[in-house]
Amino acid sequence: MLQHAFNGLVNGSFYALLALGLAVIFGMLGVVNFAHAAFYMLGAFGAFILLSEFGVSFWVALLVMPLLLGLFGMALERLLIRRLVALDPLYNFLLTFGLTLIFQDLLRMKYGVQPQQYPQPSGLGGSVDLGLFTFPAYQVFVLVFSVLVSLGAWLLLARTRIGMIVRASTERPDITRALGIDVGRWISPVFGFGIALAALSGVLAAPMRAVSPLMGADLIILVFAVVVIGGLGSIFGSVAAGFIIGMLQALGNVYLPGLATTLVFILMAVVLLWRPAGLFGREEASV
Amino acid sequence: MRRRNLIPAISTVAVVSLVAACGGAGGPSGGGGKISDDKIVLGVLNDQTGIYAELSGPNGVKAVEMAVEDFKAKHGDDAVSKNIEVVVADHQNKPEIANTKAQEMYDRQKADIILDVPTSSAALAVATQAKAKKKLFIDISGATTALTGESCNKYTFHYAYDTYMLANGTGTAVTQAGAKNWYIVYPDYAFGQDMEKSFSKAIETAGGKVLAKKPTEFPNTSGDFSSQLLQAPASNPDVLGTMHAGGELVNLVKQYNQFKLKDKGVGLSVGLMFITDIHSLGSDALAGTRFTDAWYWNFDEQNRQWADKFKEKTGSRPSFAHAGNYSATMAYLDAVQAAGTDASDDVVKNLEGKEINDFFLRNGKIRAEDHRVIHDAYLAEVKPKSEVKEDYDYEKIVTTIPADKAFKPVSESTCKMG
Repeated sequence: MLQHAFNGLVNGSFYALLALGLAVIFGMLGVVNFAHAAFYMLGAFGAFILLSEFGVSFWVALLVMPLLLGLFGMALERLLIRRLVALDPLYNFLLTFGLTLIFQDLLRMKYGVQPQQYPQPSGLGGSVDLGLFTFPAYQVFVLVFSVLVSLGAWLLLARTRIGMIVRASTERPDITRALGIDVGRWISPVFGFGIALAALSGVLAAPMRAVSPLMGADLIILVFAVVVIGGLGSIFGSVAAGFIIGMLQALGNVYLPGLATTLVFILMAVVLLWRPAGLFGREEASV
Repeated sequence: MRRRNLIPAISTVAVVSLVAACGGAGGPSGGGGKISDDKIVLGVLNDQTGIYAELSGPNGVKAVEMAVEDFKAKHGDDAVSKNIEVVVADHQNKPEIANTKAQEMYDRQKADIILDVPTSSAALAVATQAKAKKKLFIDISGATTALTGESCNKYTFHYAYDTYMLANGTGTAVTQAGAKNWYIVYPDYAFGQDMEKSFSKAIETAGGKVLAKKPTEFPNTSGDFSSQLLQAPASNPDVLGTMHAGGELVNLVKQYNQFKLKDKGVGLSVGLMFITDIHSLGSDALAGTRFTDAWYWNFDEQNRQWADKFKEKTGSRPSFAHAGNYSATMAYLDAVQAAGTDASDDVVKNLEGKEINDFFLRNGKIRAEDHRVIHDAYLAEVKPKSEVKEDYDYEKIVTTIPADKAFKPVSESTCKMG
């Protein structure tokens, strides 16, 4: 039981990191970024390409890919997404959906859909004794690392001036603007930051999941559910919901096999009925 | 989501209908001694871009084209028709799309035969169309035994392998080698359920025991199998039997290795594996794993020769589905040649009971009773990396399973040919 719950937390780390990025972007830009899972895939694929073409290790890729894709995300925001923000949110949804297809197919043309090889990073091949049970070292690393990243992101947003501005512009952009803060300046970096988180979880996934152009395609729907359950745009909520749902799925797989993923959507329906703004979301007084 | 095949598909349809309009003549197939529409049209219907695109897909089409070229070269001016056309469609592994595409191929593109068709549910849909239109269908990369069982019909043939062959080979061999207690995980849809049943039966017949059967949802959206894997050691099985295919198999094996189940005394056995899967995982991740293969490119000189030609065309080594596509195309064209017509009933008569020996079919025979194509199968073992001498050189053939033992005997078949 404990082992399964722990295992669920490991899977939850991916959801948490992805949902966190998605929530930050949604909060700041009001954009539902459908391409989020494509960036997760690009992160994993990038790590694979770095390793196979240039011999760059996992540890370097863990640093380089989020940086590269984060910058790419910023450029994307400047060039494309910004132009559509003023319109119906559906336009950006379609744009990012289109981008997803383009990324997937470009990689598919070059590499095919067959999953690519990515070895365990050196130094994490063994197991860790956790007292009650032993667990693969790499999985433990993924969990610890993503908890740290989530904490870091939270500290950044809650304790620093930049975070304060971002939070303020997320919640009340007009008033923030009225206080003399240039909200627009922060949009690109925030988008890039969200993308970097997706890339980071992609790199983390490479050694334990099949690296293929389609690896994100199935995940995105689940991550959307996580964000909705956590409360759209709520930073703490998305992380918490990520871990909760990872655990729910793992336990569901053991005790209610066949229903595990459905369980997530049942939870989503219940949460929407009971708390339409999500578990940790705040209801808007007036919009 | 996969629409990029729309344009080629539409253009193919356009060109074909244009040609048909200009050519005029060509009535429906019938009457001996003639080729309908003055051409033989081969339809290849498979997954062009999805999870099964690598194991047959676009390269499967190339294999069919290779067979057409070789057929023309072989017969020269004596060929029953020099006008042989290959048309392609993507069924995206969905039975409803396979159904419409098959209709379109038979009716509008005047296909005389449909080849390949992976994904069991899609293959069954095409078999139904073949029966209704009285046109041929040779399935190569689909797995279900239903094609030659309860859903069999006069115009449908099943060429390379099926779930019985896999289970009978792997389940029996691994159990007899001492792994008596099995823990089976399978994807919860037609193919996986069929595999699980076939395996359980083979294991029990061989004196083994299935301790637990765990379904996993299909498709597995999170790519995670750790819950099922973590539960395995508790029941103390000798071997974990996985019935997953393609990318799911790759995910599962990665996680099997990370949880070090092998060190906990749980071996690994794989129900269906294509050489492309081994290529993805790296042979070390699977070293020592035994599985049943329908054909292996590096088995002997004859196979190798064809594999070399295939590599020239495609840049990679063939899976057994690629080789099967070539062989089935050749078998069909030879039957048309012998019959002197592409009229379905005459061709079927020519195929039924025929014994074939080529690089793909060893001791091959097309059973007239249920249209199962039987041939030698192989129990293979994945080599450790240290023994791999070149790309795709991953398998060691342990034993050859003779044709009459490899497939379900006719006496057990539920097929009632209408």
